[in-house]
Amino acid sequence: MEVAIKEFKHCNMVSVKGRVDSATAPQFTQTLDAQMDKGVFKMVVDMSALEYMSSAGFRALLAAQRNCKRYNRGEIFLASVPVRIREALELAGFTELFKTFGDPLEAVGNF
Amino acid sequence: MTALTFPAKFEYLDEIRDFVGGQARASGFSEKDIYSVQLAADEAVSNIIEHAYEGIPNASFELDCDCDNDRLVITVLDHGRSFDPSKVAAPDIKADLSDRKIGGLGIFLMRKLMDEVRYEITPSGNRLTLVKRKG
Repeated sequence: MEVAIKEFKHCNMVSVKGRVDSATAPQFTQTLDAQMDKGVFKMVVDMSALEYMSSAGFRALLAAQRNCKRYNRGEIFLASVPVRIREALELAGFTELFKTFGDPLEAVGNF
Repeated sequence: MTALTFPAKFEYLDEIRDFVGGQARASGFSEKDIYSVQLAADEAVSNIIEHAYEGIPNASFELDCDCDNDRLVITVLDHGRSFDPSKVAAPDIKADLSDRKIGGLGIFLMRKLMDEVRYEITPSGNRLTLVKRKG
């Protein structure tokens, strides 16, 4: 799994590439935590290069979303969610918890 | 098909997913079902590593993946603490963000993705059986 951060005027984009599972989820969590520690609570998680995500990844997203939405200071949008991951997010009941966009830049523009 | 033995380490999840995915693909399952069995196997194994073997170093478990004409059967045998997934409450997937419980999600997904989930405590260990029927 690889992560890349891109800074925009109103938010940061976290592009996650590869697979997020119990082995790599701690690194994904660390990446999200580092953003929040810097005071970044508006994020777009760009999933265009994400191949796979298990519940370990979902839990990381949930914890970060809770933190970002606290005090109305921000939110996490998901972008370019691959179809298999979207199906799993739906099964897990996560689709109501995250606004999703087809295109990462469209998500950026919504902040 | 003889069972493969894996160390109880998350690093092996890639190999396990490749193994069950390969079996499912060779058996003619759809891409969606291939992903489902990989995810279910991942969730099952992750729980074993996290709960059955918590605090136990150098543990291992056996995983088998067998296909016949119309179904794929994954069997995982661990030798750790018994952890019966049917005893774990399903998370409330309608709860809002602040009420959403984090625990139980992996097992919940496993049950939704597979057609049958069976757990037995046997003299040789805890056996989890996951069955996916060809759609």
